[in-house]
Amino acid sequence: MTAVDTDQPPVATPTSWTARVRERISRIVPPGQALPDRQPAYMSSWIYVFGVLTLAALIVVVASGVVLALGGVTWWHVSSLGHFVNSLHLWSVELFFAFMVVHLWGKFWMAAWRGNRALTWMTGVVAFLGSIGTAFTGYLSQANFASQWISTQAKDGLNSVGVGAFFNVMNPAQMLLWHVVLLPLVLGVIVVLHVILVRRHGIVPPIDADEETAS
Amino acid sequence: MTTSTEHRRATRAGRPSTPDSHGFATRPYDLVKEFVVALIVVTLLTVGLAAAFSSPDEKAITMRDWANAAPNDVVATAAGELAGTTTSAGFGPPYNTAADGAALGPLKLQKWAGVTIPLDSAQDLVLIPLAGVTDNSALTDALAAWQSADADQRTQWASDYSDALAQAPDGNPDSVATGDYGPVPVIAAGFLTLANTGGLEGALTSSGNFYGGDQTKSLLLLADGAYLEDQARARNLGGDQWGMMNETGNYPGQPWMWLYTFWYQVPPFSTSENADALVWGLMMLLTLGLALVPFIPGLRSIPRWIPVHRIIWRDYYRDHPRR
Repeated sequence: MTAVDTDQPPVATPTSWTARVRERISRIVPPGQALPDRQPAYMSSWIYVFGVLTLAALIVVVASGVVLALGGVTWWHVSSLGHFVNSLHLWSVELFFAFMVVHLWGKFWMAAWRGNRALTWMTGVVAFLGSIGTAFTGYLSQANFASQWISTQAKDGLNSVGVGAFFNVMNPAQMLLWHVVLLPLVLGVIVVLHVILVRRHGIVPPIDADEETAS
Repeated sequence: MTTSTEHRRATRAGRPSTPDSHGFATRPYDLVKEFVVALIVVTLLTVGLAAAFSSPDEKAITMRDWANAAPNDVVATAAGELAGTTTSAGFGPPYNTAADGAALGPLKLQKWAGVTIPLDSAQDLVLIPLAGVTDNSALTDALAAWQSADADQRTQWASDYSDALAQAPDGNPDSVATGDYGPVPVIAAGFLTLANTGGLEGALTSSGNFYGGDQTKSLLLLADGAYLEDQARARNLGGDQWGMMNETGNYPGQPWMWLYTFWYQVPPFSTSENADALVWGLMMLLTLGLALVPFIPGLRSIPRWIPVHRIIWRDYYRDHPRR
């Protein structure tokens, strides 16, 4: 082991791949903005709560879904506890969508894509679509009358645009895997990306607020 | 973002650009505390709703249920599969080549996707399941007669029998007019018997595969009959009853599907044979529009024209009146 020269100035440009990746990650969000303990003074509306409520509901959705997964596909049909967990899953999904839609409309009326935030808006829209797909595959995975009816109806729409050739809504085994693995994985990545973008650019300032009013 | 870049963007847009939020006055805020409180509130709300309203779970319809509740429909469906007149038999891709399927103008997406889930409705949904029945000599003879006949003869028998069933009171096979239906009545009756025994699901989904996870054949067969749709319509789940966003029982269902469901209720979609492709095409277009709102002139300016933001940021605008 060699002695460390503490008087040597830090290297200005990282040379190793690891250092470059570390340096790039550190620049994704401005210093102190990843988890700030202050927020812009213009954020004084209940509409801001709905983004956090959506994330909180998503956690309850995932948690109740994980418990359902422990018992397997048929558990909740034959167990009162399982049925209650299914009810938790259903209502957390309803709340999740309710919060998300209010959040989406709120951001629309704020024109929240301003100031280089278009990608934040777009990832939000993709998260909304991904959530619809995840909920849809959940209905197909229930293994009950609703699944029978929804799958036989949905096949017409999906087949009409060629999607049904690869995404067979009448194959519950395929739909269950999409519901519990593929779509949550994709949705999780998109949501994380969305939140990082929010922190990267900060909360959009009021419309027509210009540099002179910023202090 | 550099100041010069900001200035260029501002010039292009013709109005001052949106400044960086980090440059505004701030106040203390506990984000983690907000999240934890939100999580507790949502959890309690979820538990309350689940305890108060539970969740729907109507049992799946079994083939035996179907045979017991609507035996004539089972017989008519079997005859229809043999005649090639059911929905699945004439569907086209991805099940067969009986039709091209839906199209979005010149885009024949359904046809181009190809037959990836090959299905011969007569063979796969009726004849193969019946081939496993060994204790019914009349049925065995009927199946042999069917197999030895040419295609035109088969179609003639099955079509005539389907038509006769449609003319009979309540579609009752016992009341069918006398005619030359070949082995079809015996095959259809044998199919009803198999459904009654509860063995039809297994014959459809597990033949050659111990782990039958794919219900495509069972569901296509069930959907080819009228019973499933009758049950769904009785629960207001039909396509023209906003069924795509409804749920069994008094539950919210999928209200986020309201726009997709809406198009099926209004012309030209409600009267078009090509409604599925048209609605999907429209929804894909609208979704693309939603994602690209930030770049669409006019659409992106709506929040400026309808000043809901004056309510959201009322404190800010009160302290910073327009110059």
